[in-house]
Amino acid sequence: MIKFDSKIPEGKLKDKWNNYKAHQGLVNPSNKRKLDIIVVGTGLAGGAAAASFGELGFNVKNFCISDSPRRAHSIAAQGGINAAKNYPGDGDSIYRLFYDTIKGGDYRSREGNVYRLAEVSNDIIDQCVAQGVPFARDYSGYLDNRSFGGAQVSRTFYARGQTGQQLLLGAYGALSKEIEKGTVTSYNRMEMLDLVLIDGKARGIITRDLKTGKVERHSAHAVVIATGGYGNVFFLSTNAMTSNGGAIIRSWRRGALMANPAFVQIHPTCIPVHGDFQSKLTLMSESLRNDGRIWVPKNIEDAVAIKEGKKKPTDLSEEERDYYLERRYPAFGNLVPRDVASRAAKERCDAGFGIGTGLAVYLDFKSAIARLGEDVIRARYGNLFQMYEKIVDENPYHTPMMIYPAIHYSMGGTWVDYELQSTIPGLFVGGEANFSDHGANRLGASALMQGLSDGYFVLPYTVQNYLAEEIRVPRFSTDLPEFEQAEKDVQARIDQLMNIKGSKSPDYFHKKLGKIMWENVGMARTADGLAHAKTEIAKIREEFYKNLLVVGTAESFNPELEKALRVADFIDMGELMAFDAAHRDESCGGHFREEFQTPEGEALRNDKDYMYVGTWEYKGEGVEPELHKEDLQYEEIEVKTRNYK
Amino acid sequence: MDLKLKIWRQENAQAKGEFKTYNVAGVSSDSSFLEMLDVLNESIVDKVETPVCFDHDCREGICGMCSLYINGRPHGPDDAITTCQLHMRKFKDGDTITIEPWRASPFPVIKDLVVDRTALDSIIQSGGYTSAKTGGVPDANATLIDKYSSDLAMDAASCIGCGACVAACKNASAMLFVAAKVSQFALLPQGQVEKTKRVQDMVARMDELGFGNCTNTYACEMECPKEISVTNIARMNREFLSSKVCSEQ
Ligand SMILES: Cc1cc2nc3c(=O)[nH]c(=O)nc-3n(C[C@H](O)[C@H](O)[C@H](O)COP(=O)(O)OP(=O)(O)OC[C@H]3O[C@@H](n4cnc5c(N)ncnc54)[C@H](O)[C@@H]3O)c2cc1C
Ligand code: FES
Repeated sequence: MIKFDSKIPEGKLKDKWNNYKAHQGLVNPSNKRKLDIIVVGTGLAGGAAAASFGELGFNVKNFCISDSPRRAHSIAAQGGINAAKNYPGDGDSIYRLFYDTIKGGDYRSREGNVYRLAEVSNDIIDQCVAQGVPFARDYSGYLDNRSFGGAQVSRTFYARGQTGQQLLLGAYGALSKEIEKGTVTSYNRMEMLDLVLIDGKARGIITRDLKTGKVERHSAHAVVIATGGYGNVFFLSTNAMTSNGGAIIRSWRRGALMANPAFVQIHPTCIPVHGDFQSKLTLMSESLRNDGRIWVPKNIEDAVAIKEGKKKPTDLSEEERDYYLERRYPAFGNLVPRDVASRAAKERCDAGFGIGTGLAVYLDFKSAIARLGEDVIRARYGNLFQMYEKIVDENPYHTPMMIYPAIHYSMGGTWVDYELQSTIPGLFVGGEANFSDHGANRLGASALMQGLSDGYFVLPYTVQNYLAEEIRVPRFSTDLPEFEQAEKDVQARIDQLMNIKGSKSPDYFHKKLGKIMWENVGMARTADGLAHAKTEIAKIREEFYKNLLVVGTAESFNPELEKALRVADFIDMGELMAFDAAHRDESCGGHFREEFQTPEGEALRNDKDYMYVGTWEYKGEGVEPELHKEDLQYEEIEVKTRNYK
Repeated sequence: MDLKLKIWRQENAQAKGEFKTYNVAGVSSDSSFLEMLDVLNESIVDKVETPVCFDHDCREGICGMCSLYINGRPHGPDDAITTCQLHMRKFKDGDTITIEPWRASPFPVIKDLVVDRTALDSIIQSGGYTSAKTGGVPDANATLIDKYSSDLAMDAASCIGCGACVAACKNASAMLFVAAKVSQFALLPQGQVEKTKRVQDMVARMDELGFGNCTNTYACEMECPKEISVTNIARMNREFLSSKVCSEQ
């Protein structure tokens, strides 16, 4: 049985991180040069960590799938990043950001980690401004803020609708500076396919060079994984095409526990699915809910007429519209958290009030345009409106946008302690890939905050603390038998997939898996549905290993093989998610089990039995994973029913 | 709609490439250009042949990964978008579409339509940043920045590094790319300290890597998916001249 300890430092909540830093181990400059750190991923978490390790003087190897570190999926984040600066003077504080995050996560995250996140949030904004990130400003020259869901204050910093891009380019700049200095070596188009352990510690990775197909070994004193989220288990999501769960699934198979895999976020405002050939879903930023109002027709006849093209949304008067979020949640209105907004949209569409294909609701800017003028709306959201128009071919300044929930983010991920270290010593996991801060639901604009917090302000301390004990350990040769074996394992996996020579492409299996996941492990889950999902996933796996077709060769640039390797991991991930969702007999945050709801249809938590982090241990091929529990204790916050009414 | 596609196929950097013709049928006009290529590739895989390789990732116009020279234009026949945002409604049933990789000597072909753009990373590494280290920086509101300059800096900073400007330029110049980065920092107080060195190092690196000279044809601005303005090139030229004067002093 795996032992695990969250290692939350002693002391008062607000002193914990300072205490940690005051007592942690340090490495002197001449020793730092002799220590190698592998960082997998160049998103906000990986990029910021690799740059910061380089600045400290460690020898860093940094990997990514795309052709440049600047293209990590963090680039796509639109809306903004939270911080407790309280610049608008509207009552924000570190404590309030901490409180909102715990509450938003439906009381399923750790107080210690979340408090630290809120604490360093302000440093992030300072850092980004120093890097030249052009955050929005008002006419006085001061930084501007907007509001996001789940908060009653304006604490979100933004750079038009391209906040992720600007933050990532900041981190990429810092990384480029270190690459130029030689402290960081950058490996692009290189995918990690396995983790290498020596005497129980993480000491390296096996990669495949995507240009040549060459399988390679890389050693280090510590490994940091920051490979982003696994939302693409569902095939259609707002994630990028190469977003995957491979690195964390492979680490899981090597002994790192996986925490809360069933906790995924469904974002309420995405462009609805339009056809079978669709390859991805596009997000319309939550920031739009600052000015957009969500509605469906009040009368089902109008919904039908609109679907049949006999009426237009602009034909309906105010009285004929049901602004259902404002009706159900007057205190937060259109700015309720994502899980609440998504379920409310599903409820209306299931009841027959949906428009478009029936699976869509309106996001309307009419009142905002009347109040502020089209120019102001254009300045705030111009690029999002343009993006919408290019895809849907309708002008959202004149007719309301159509939106529907879609898979967006994974709260679950590798289990990590306070130091962001997994159950494998020397394996650290940051950003969306870990489970740490968002509980069962993430608030908008908090993922960018967490990625940069982990990368700039947490990992540089905690990894150093680990390496302080490693200064006498010489560099590892990649000729060691552990590397040889791991490389053989990877090669065998590749050969296996290449040699099936069946008749179905990797995408065929991916779509099939995605459909099962969306229908049974998506927005609404039931015990029966989850049992069905487990059976179906097992069938997909069986068919995959019998009938997969990977064209081309393994020793060349071969996107089909890349996909096949990722789909194999998604099948494992999907199954694990079904296990986790089935065991949790309660509804909390993004995890909604239909059996557990209040008469008004709100999520019904069961704190007595489920106030813990559900972590899963790999027990071997074809064997059920084993559940372990990390109990959550709330000392600072009183646990309540979440109420946004 | 039914289409005829003439696509550049090239096994690797050393191999000689050639155009191959494919037919695709039943493409929805609501699908994106890349989804159309997905459909084509599915049909190629069904025949157990190797699909057409092309770069893509976010599929929403922000990562800069997609490229493609479509009917002689980088990112195809629509303005201010990337290839992944191009929709098939821009084409007609029965059209023939020619698809080629970015053609510029600093961007060697990796396979088919995929090219190596690491030269752009190298330019940024030579100086496209402020050297602020993690921690120990002043409060974000300690330095005020007028909204006008901040907005202009944001315009310049919105470059996605796709390389369309280079592909569009008959000289394969990276001027617009470099100018966008230089401008972002020239417009912000945080960029002032290193401004002399930055512009000189970035221009030198661009030359070293074999990008051509700018002869003011402005094809780059026309094809930039983010509509980055050539006024940034003028700003960079000013920065460059004054940096020369500074370093002589
Ligand atoms: C469309 C969209 C909009 C969003 N908007 C917001 C927002 O407004 N505010 C907010 O706070 N959050 C937002 N989010 C969430 C947020 O962007 C992400 O959670 C966050 O950026 C993830 O950062 P990361 O560093 O963990 O991973 P990523 O940025 O996804 O980076 C992953 C990195 O790992 C690499 N990688 C992956 N697997 C491997 C492997 N096996 N081998 C080698 N390299 C690998 C990738 O190439 C990449 O470099 C949004 C997300 C999406 C999808
Ligand atoms: S795929 Fe990202 S910009 Fe086109």
